[in-house]
Amino acid sequence: MRFRIYRYDPESGNAPRMQDYDLAMDPAGKKVLDALIAIKDTLDESLAFRRSCREGVCGSDGVNVNGTNVLACITALEGLKEPIEIRPLPRLGVIRDLIVDMAQFYQHYRAVKPYLINLDPEPENERLQAPEDRAELDGLWECILCGCCTTSCPSFWWNPDKFLGPAALLQGYRFIADTRDQATNERLDFLEDPYRLFRCHGIMNCVEVCPKGLNPTQAIGKIKSLLVKRAL
Amino acid sequence: MNPARIPKRTFDAVIVGGGGAGLRAALQLSQANLKVGLLSKVFPTRSHTVSAQGGITAALANVSEDNWHWHMYDTVKGSDYLGDQDAIEFMCRNAPAAVYELEHMGLPFSRLDNGKIYQRPFGGQSKNYGGEQAIRTCAAADRTGHALLHTLYQRNIAARTQFFEEYFALDLVRDDEGYVLGVVGLEIETGEPCLFEARATLLATGGACRIFRHSTNAHINTGDGLGMVLRAGLPLEDMEFWQFHPTGIPEVGSLISEGVRGEGGILYNKDGEAFMPRYAPNAKDLASRDVVARAIAQEIRAGRGCGPHGDYVHLDIRKLGAEKIKARLPGIRELSMQFAGADPIDAPIPVTPTAHYMMGGIPTNLHGQVVTPVRTGPEEAVPGLYAMGECACVSVHGANRLGGNSLLDLVVFGRAAGQHVIDYLRDNPIPRPLPGEQVDKALARLARWDRKQGSETVAGLRLEMQKIMQDHCGVYRTEALLKEGLEQLDKVEARLPDAALADHSRMFNTARLEALELDNLMGIARATLVSALARTESRGAHTREDHPKRDDDRWLRHTLYFRENDTLDYKPVRLKPLTVETFQPKERTY
Repeated sequence: MRFRIYRYDPESGNAPRMQDYDLAMDPAGKKVLDALIAIKDTLDESLAFRRSCREGVCGSDGVNVNGTNVLACITALEGLKEPIEIRPLPRLGVIRDLIVDMAQFYQHYRAVKPYLINLDPEPENERLQAPEDRAELDGLWECILCGCCTTSCPSFWWNPDKFLGPAALLQGYRFIADTRDQATNERLDFLEDPYRLFRCHGIMNCVEVCPKGLNPTQAIGKIKSLLVKRAL
Repeated sequence: MNPARIPKRTFDAVIVGGGGAGLRAALQLSQANLKVGLLSKVFPTRSHTVSAQGGITAALANVSEDNWHWHMYDTVKGSDYLGDQDAIEFMCRNAPAAVYELEHMGLPFSRLDNGKIYQRPFGGQSKNYGGEQAIRTCAAADRTGHALLHTLYQRNIAARTQFFEEYFALDLVRDDEGYVLGVVGLEIETGEPCLFEARATLLATGGACRIFRHSTNAHINTGDGLGMVLRAGLPLEDMEFWQFHPTGIPEVGSLISEGVRGEGGILYNKDGEAFMPRYAPNAKDLASRDVVARAIAQEIRAGRGCGPHGDYVHLDIRKLGAEKIKARLPGIRELSMQFAGADPIDAPIPVTPTAHYMMGGIPTNLHGQVVTPVRTGPEEAVPGLYAMGECACVSVHGANRLGGNSLLDLVVFGRAAGQHVIDYLRDNPIPRPLPGEQVDKALARLARWDRKQGSETVAGLRLEMQKIMQDHCGVYRTEALLKEGLEQLDKVEARLPDAALADHSRMFNTARLEALELDNLMGIARATLVSALARTESRGAHTREDHPKRDDDRWLRHTLYFRENDTLDYKPVRLKPLTVETFQPKERTY
C-alpha cells in the first residue's frame, strides 16, 4: 500500500514536505494506525504521531486522512484511495510530523468551566437525577477531546483564538444540560458573545467528522435557543 | 553532572501519571493548597482509565440488598485469599462514599427509575457471603472509565492543579538514607530533561500488559513506575499474577466488558453449547474472571472454539434487544462493529482470553506508602514514596481482581495516598539535599540512546519479548514452559545493549520514548517469569498445570522480586482485617 505522509522536522530548519512510503500490508481488518505503527517499526522510526488506546476512546490520534479528520485507530484501511494521504489536523500549529499543538484547543475547553457547579451542601448519598434528565446528557459527555470537529470548522480556522469551537461548546452545553448544575446563567453570560458562540454558522462539518457520532451543532443550537428564551 | 545543570522545578509533591489514581491524589493535594505538579506522558484524558467500561463496584444497595461486608467477602474470595484483608476492608468499606463523591463531582452515572445510580451485576458478586448474585457495579453506560477520568480531570481544572502534560519520568531521585526526593523527567516536546524536586513522590503509572503480544491495554501501558522502582533497588510484589480477561476481541485485543455478561450475555462454543454451567454451576457466565478465562481456554483447547482456526468463542447478547443494547452497551457495540465486524444486535461477538490487568506491582500499605523489607526486619515505608492504582500492589486484588474493583481501587487509594501525603509533608517540612549522582544515572539512561552504532532495533526486541511472554506466561503455565521463556528472555535482554536508534532528534522523539519504555517492559517481563516459575501452586490467575492445586501451607504469601540477581523474598498475607473477623481461606467454587 502506498502512503503519502506529512513530515515536519522542527530541528532541521527545512520546510514541511510529503513523504511516500510503500508498506507491504494486507489491509483486511487493519486500521490507519496499524499502518502508521508498521511504518514506524519497519520503515522509518522517525515518523512521529500520538497514540494511546488504539480503540477510539482516548482521542490521541486525530489526523487528516485523504482530506477528512478521523481517528487513525478506528479508520479502516480497506476502501481508502491510494496513495493514502495522512496529514496533521488542520489549522493547529504542527510540532512535528502528525503531532499538533493542542494548547489553544484545551484552552477553549477550560474556558467553558467544564465541571459541575453546585453550591448546595452535598447530600449524604447521591443527588437524584431522573433517567429522562440524565438522558439529556447523552451525546454530550462522551466527547473524547480528539479535536477532529474543531479543526474541521471554518469558523475556527478564521478565528481560532476567539471562537471556542464545537468541542468546547459541546462541553459547555453538557453542563448547562445537567440538572445538577446551578451555573446556567453564568455559563450563558460567558457564551453570549459575538465570537465565542456566535461564530458558529451551522456549517456542520463537526457533525460529519465526529468519530463518536456526536452532534455539536445541535448542542450549539440549544445554547442559542436558551439565550433567546432568556432574552424574552 | 551537577544537578544544577538541568532545570529544576520544586513542588511539595510530584505525581507521575494522570489516570484515575494520579488525578484523584492530585485533587486531594490541590484542595489542601499544596503545591503539586503532575507529570503525564500523555494528556491526562488519554490515560488508560478511559478504556474501563463496565463500572465501579460499591455496595450502594440501589438495586438489590447489599452491604460492604458482602463486597469484602467476594473480593477476598475473588483474590483466591491472597489479598490483604485489612486493605480489602478499607476499600470495600469506603466504596459507597467514594462513589457518592464521584457523583457529587459530576460524574454522569446512568440512573434507575427512582433517580439513584444505576447498578448492574458483575462476575464474582454475591449476597450473603456466597449466596445468590448481587447487583453491585455502578455504571455510566459502558463508558464508566471515560466518565470517571474526565470528571476527575475536570475537577483538577477547577482546583488549578499544575499539569506537566507530555512529560516522561525517567527515574526516581533517592538519597543514601532512602528518602525519595523527586524524579528526573523529560519534556517530550523539547526533549529536554528536567528535575522535579518534591518532598513526596507519588507513582500512578498504571499497568504493563504491553509485555504481552495481545492485550486489552493501551500502547502507553509500559509500567514506567515499576521500572523506576526496580532500578531504585526496591521490590515488586506478586508479579506472577496477571489477569487474562475472558472476553477480548481476538488479535486486536480490545476489551468486551464483563458488563455484557452482567446484562445477560452468554458464552457459546462452536457446537452452540452454553458451556459455562459445566465449569461454574452456580455463577455460570458470571463466575470470577480467572474461572471464565480458563473455561474458554479449555473449550478452545478441546477443539470447540469457533471460527476458521477455532481460536475464540461467541459472546451472545442478542436476546437483550436493540434498544437495551444501544442504551446500556453503546461503546461495546461500537468496538464490536469496528474491530470484530459484528453488530451485537444481530450477531455474536467473537472473544478470547486476553491479558488485561496486573494484580501485582509496587508494594504499598493501605496509605499508599511504598513498603520494602529492611534487612531482616519487617517491612518499612520508603520515606517520600507513594504508589497507587494499577501500578501498586496494596494488595486488594490478590491473585485475581474482580471486575469493577479497579476503578474503585483508583479513587479509594488515590484519595488515601493524597491524604497521607498531606500528613507526611506536615511532618517533613524541610527539603533534603539532592544527591547529584542519582540525577546523573537518570541522564545516562537517556544519553545511552544517543549512540549511533547497533545491530538491534527497539521494535524488533519488543516484539520478541512480547511473543515470549504470550507463549510462555499465558493462562496455563508449566515449569518447562516458564523456564524456556526465561531462557529466551535472557537472550533477548542480552541483545538490548546492541540496540540503537536511527532517530537522534530531540523534539518529540517518540522512538526514543519507546526505547525508554522497553527498558521498563523488559524488567517487568523478567520479574513476571521469575516470580511465576517459583510459585509452584495454582492460585487465581496463576495456573500451573504441573501444580494444579492451591497450596496454602506453602504459598499463602506474597512474592517480592528484586532486580539484583533476580532475588525473591516473601511476606505473609495480612489475613487480619481492620475491624471484622478474618475470612479464612477455603475452597473456591462458583
